[in-house]
Amino acid sequence: MTLALYRIDDRLIHGQVVVGWGQPLHVTFIVLVDDEVRGSDWEQDLYRMGVPPDMEVIFASVEEAARQMASWQADPRVGILLVGDVNTAVSLVEHAPQVRTINVGGVHHRAGRTERLRFVYLTDDEAAKLRQLAARGVAVTAQDVPTAPAIPVVDFT
Amino acid sequence: MSDSSPLRGVIVSHAAVAQALVSAVTVITGIDGALTPVSNEGCGTDALAERLTQAVGSGPAVLFVDLPGGSCLTSSVRYAKQHADIAVVTGVNLAMLLDFVFHRDVAPAEAARRAADAGGKAIRVTAA
Repeated sequence: MTLALYRIDDRLIHGQVVVGWGQPLHVTFIVLVDDEVRGSDWEQDLYRMGVPPDMEVIFASVEEAARQMASWQADPRVGILLVGDVNTAVSLVEHAPQVRTINVGGVHHRAGRTERLRFVYLTDDEAAKLRQLAARGVAVTAQDVPTAPAIPVVDFT
Repeated sequence: MSDSSPLRGVIVSHAAVAQALVSAVTVITGIDGALTPVSNEGCGTDALAERLTQAVGSGPAVLFVDLPGGSCLTSSVRYAKQHADIAVVTGVNLAMLLDFVFHRDVAPAEAARRAADAGGKAIRVTAA
């Protein structure tokens, strides 16, 4: 098995990820790629509280993720990789070009962003960066839960 | 805790769970205004933090969170770390809220422990 989902979600580890995706995919590990959380013990403890005891959570910076990507992709278990924003996703793909899919799962309202989908708000710059990822051959879709359709990037940016 | 600064309860939940719990407490006890619902519906972390700030106001408070993990908890714990006199309880249920609204004359941490105890005692497997 491998990393089954590379997801942008500003809530990081939460119910949709652990239960909504985790149950049907039989996920047993989550990789949370976030430079700030990587450096914060209390935030790591907080995110660990949100997963079952038999689910491993790995915290990594973008650079650490790039170095470990091959081993996670070869892992016999099923995992989900999470980043919190578009910029981190772009940086991850630049550092780890073997990432070939991006799921936009939850990017919420903030000043400067406009609604693209019910669960996706983007600035024009963020939308452009997602289209650029797609132009580089990364399959970028928006999908909050597995039962919803995957919406191609051209349809929400 | 004086009567002029009553301890507030803020329920932080997915969807409409918080609102439903507030309504149930009011119907059962007749006490209105002790609890404030906050939903994470449509919220990122910034928006949920703003909803929490509005709900808590300036006074001491106990944040009752639905699940022991996820966006409601992470936002609540972040808020508690940034503000004094805030306690957080997870696994909110109706029984703990019913006890809480009658025992708000203590510090947030003590109220949170009492509420967690009351809520836990309400979880039972009954005979058929």
